[in-house]
Amino acid sequence: MPNEAVSTLTTARSSSKRPAGTLYRGNTGMWSWVLHRITGVAIYFFLLVHVLDTAMIRVSPGAYDAVMSTYKNPIMGLGETALVIAIMFHAFNGLRIILIDFWSKGAKYQRLLFWIVIAVWVIGTLGFAPIHLHNVFTEPH
Amino acid sequence: MSTIIESPRQPQQRASKGRVNWEKYGWIYMRASGVLLIILIFGHLFVNLVQGDGIKAIDFAFVAGKYATPFWQIWDVVMLWLAMIHGSNGMRTIVNDYASNPTVRRILLGALFVAAVVLIVLGTLVVFTFDPCSTLIPADQALSFCPVP
Repeated sequence: MPNEAVSTLTTARSSSKRPAGTLYRGNTGMWSWVLHRITGVAIYFFLLVHVLDTAMIRVSPGAYDAVMSTYKNPIMGLGETALVIAIMFHAFNGLRIILIDFWSKGAKYQRLLFWIVIAVWVIGTLGFAPIHLHNVFTEPH
Repeated sequence: MSTIIESPRQPQQRASKGRVNWEKYGWIYMRASGVLLIILIFGHLFVNLVQGDGIKAIDFAFVAGKYATPFWQIWDVVMLWLAMIHGSNGMRTIVNDYASNPTVRRILLGALFVAAVVLIVLGTLVVFTFDPCSTLIPADQALSFCPVP
């Protein structure tokens, strides 16, 4: 019976409409997976653009400086901040995945590791964002 | 009619002896390259965006200064190869998960492969053939230390 199979994986039936209640769905494991995918795709498409913009150094100084001036635009500056925040999540969560795969106690501490990832991510963001936003939003001297 | 159902704990039969298990090496690659990329990309971000005036200081002369040393040439090329293959393999996983139509799937995987090869070749050539004083550069854009033709 399919319904029986589902109920064995369900820890508790609640009246809440939230689709939680299984070991994975709606929990830290699922959300770290979702964020890892979304940040990964975003970083991939930036990488494609970034190789092409850097290739402009092979065209002429004017061509490279022109493409770099678009990166110094405040709206792009916000995008770069978001990009680095995405890279930091992907990096720290990647280390969490490696620990779960290779460290004998990784699976046991996977939930704690998730919250450590979030904490280091927040610290990294607080360290990077003010520096970059200051550089983007102040006049060059 | 009876069918034999294997025990769930039965290890999967090897497809054929001597075949390379590419998926296993892909899995290992994602982890190994991931660790190296953390060092390479965080170093790249620190030098380019955090140190000094950050993004404000990045222009042709800044990149020319970095590529005057083999250290940054090799750093960037290793980072390019590792990141492009890591990213393309991750995108391949996502395409395999969501593209259920075989034709769409094949087109997307082909596009990922072509993009990876083109950008790896382009990026590697750019780094290793870069000449800050190339004679192709218009005189009014040339850097001050370049010999006047």
